Amino acid sequence: MSLLSLRQMKTDIGQYSVLHDVTFDVPEGGVFVLLGRNGAGKTTTLRSIMGLWQPSPGSVLFRGEDITALHTAQIARKGIAYVPENMGIFGTLTVDENLVLATASGRFDPARLKRIHALFPALEKFRDKQAWSLSGGQKQMLSVARAIIEPRDLILIDEPTKGLAPSIISAMGEAFREISETTTILLVEQNFSFAKSLGRDMAVIDDGQVVHTGSMADFAADTALQDRLLSLSMETS
Amino acid sequence: MNIVERFGGVFLLPVAIAIIAFVLIGAPSSWLTLTVAGLAMGMMLFLMASGLSLVFGLMDVLNFGHSAFVSFGAFVAASVLAYFGGWLGSDSIFLNIMALVFAIAAAIVFGAALGWFFERVIVKPVYSDHLRQILITMGALIVAEQLILATWGGTPTNVLRPAFLEGTIIVGGSSLEVYRLFAFIVGAVVYAGLYLLLNRTRMGLLIRAGVENREMVEALGFKIDRLFIGVFMLGSALAAMGGAMWAGYETLITPALGAEMMVIVFIVVIIGGLGSIQGTLLGAIMVALMQNYVGFLAPKLALASNMLLMMAILLWRPYGLAPAVK
Repeated sequence: MSLLSLRQMKTDIGQYSVLHDVTFDVPEGGVFVLLGRNGAGKTTTLRSIMGLWQPSPGSVLFRGEDITALHTAQIARKGIAYVPENMGIFGTLTVDENLVLATASGRFDPARLKRIHALFPALEKFRDKQAWSLSGGQKQMLSVARAIIEPRDLILIDEPTKGLAPSIISAMGEAFREISETTTILLVEQNFSFAKSLGRDMAVIDDGQVVHTGSMADFAADTALQDRLLSLSMETS
Repeated sequence: MNIVERFGGVFLLPVAIAIIAFVLIGAPSSWLTLTVAGLAMGMMLFLMASGLSLVFGLMDVLNFGHSAFVSFGAFVAASVLAYFGGWLGSDSIFLNIMALVFAIAAAIVFGAALGWFFERVIVKPVYSDHLRQILITMGALIVAEQLILATWGGTPTNVLRPAFLEGTIIVGGSSLEVYRLFAFIVGAVVYAGLYLLLNRTRMGLLIRAGVENREMVEALGFKIDRLFIGVFMLGSALAAMGGAMWAGYETLITPALGAEMMVIVFIVVIIGGLGSIQGTLLGAIMVALMQNYVGFLAPKLALASNMLLMMAILLWRPYGLAPAVK
């Protein structure tokens, strides 16, 4: 059974129909990459899974349970974390306050905190700093760290490399690789080389519909298919 | 960080206003009396405005009916004080204090209950629609005024004060009203309590996070609508408490009290910055000091002075002096 299954998901935002027919399965473990051109509906897909926009009709199944109609908070408590494109950090809260807010008990599990500090040393160095004063890369680290401060089954990550320096992207890739050993990641990414280096399975979405699913290895090997589905809007370096 | 920021930044503005006023007024005793009056008034404005600021910041709700809580708080407190009239006139400070405690507690409880009703019945159906929020909350304010008129009548209501808060004390040649000192102390204690709530508790952490990004708080697993109603009730209870304190300060109140306070409460919130308790305190103190100093130096400009202050601050800092979201 897949960890997450989307079935004929359709999402309207106002009078615009953004997703028409999104259907794919995310298997448990590893990184599943959702690719697509700008405006194809990738972010809307993640937001619809989180219940931030209500898909109708269609269904979202998580471990076989229909979570389509659940409130965002209930979906989060099922074990799904969300790292939005804008990172969604709380700027006036300190780094530690951002992290502790995401814990269920209001207290840190020392072992998890230690693991996070090992993954992202800057978060230990600046733990009492207000988050707005961090650099873009550090904010992204905080956003990801907040998603793993509690045990999760699935993390939805939206374009984590956007605007980051190559060295930070490389560090982020290492962190994702380690996180994906214990937690499934559904990654939306425009940087194809980054996506290729991490992804095990993938889907391509175009104009609100899934137009291709398969293994990342096969897709990476087929440049004609990449060119046809992703065109020139994807970064290839 | 420059030297001004190191010593408090925008929070030095009330000090600057006080220093300028000291120079313009010339007489230290008058200046001290006006400053204490301004600080007391500022604390009462803080009580009235802090809830509005949090509700505005957290829930994005433009509640023009907020001052109805101020009015009801004032009238409920006045009624309770009248009921315990015998205790108020007693020589026993204990009975004096108990009458005052009952009056303020009744205003707080009534304000919280009214806030619950207001949020569920009036505000909830119009979340995320500012135009309808303005219309319906303005309408609710008018209804509240009429209810007060029907219940307490149109003639000004006299508010009794406990004997121990009557009179003045002389400090350095200045005559300071005891009630004003009391109002300042109460406001300071409430501020400290709110500060601790927001900065030392998990609920406070959630409120501060919710002011910045409601959606993300929900994505972390918290149902923010429960927080909304809690904050709304807290805000209305504080406004009612501010109204109760204001009633004792004015000693004569009318059903138009809420509408009269609405403008000044909004000026405080806009000057301070949305969603920020520190900003609201700063805005309240500045507005009250300005009103007292200008009222003394150029009485006809007293109300206009606050409008000018707000305009100047918005030109300098469009989001207010200390908004919650940076």
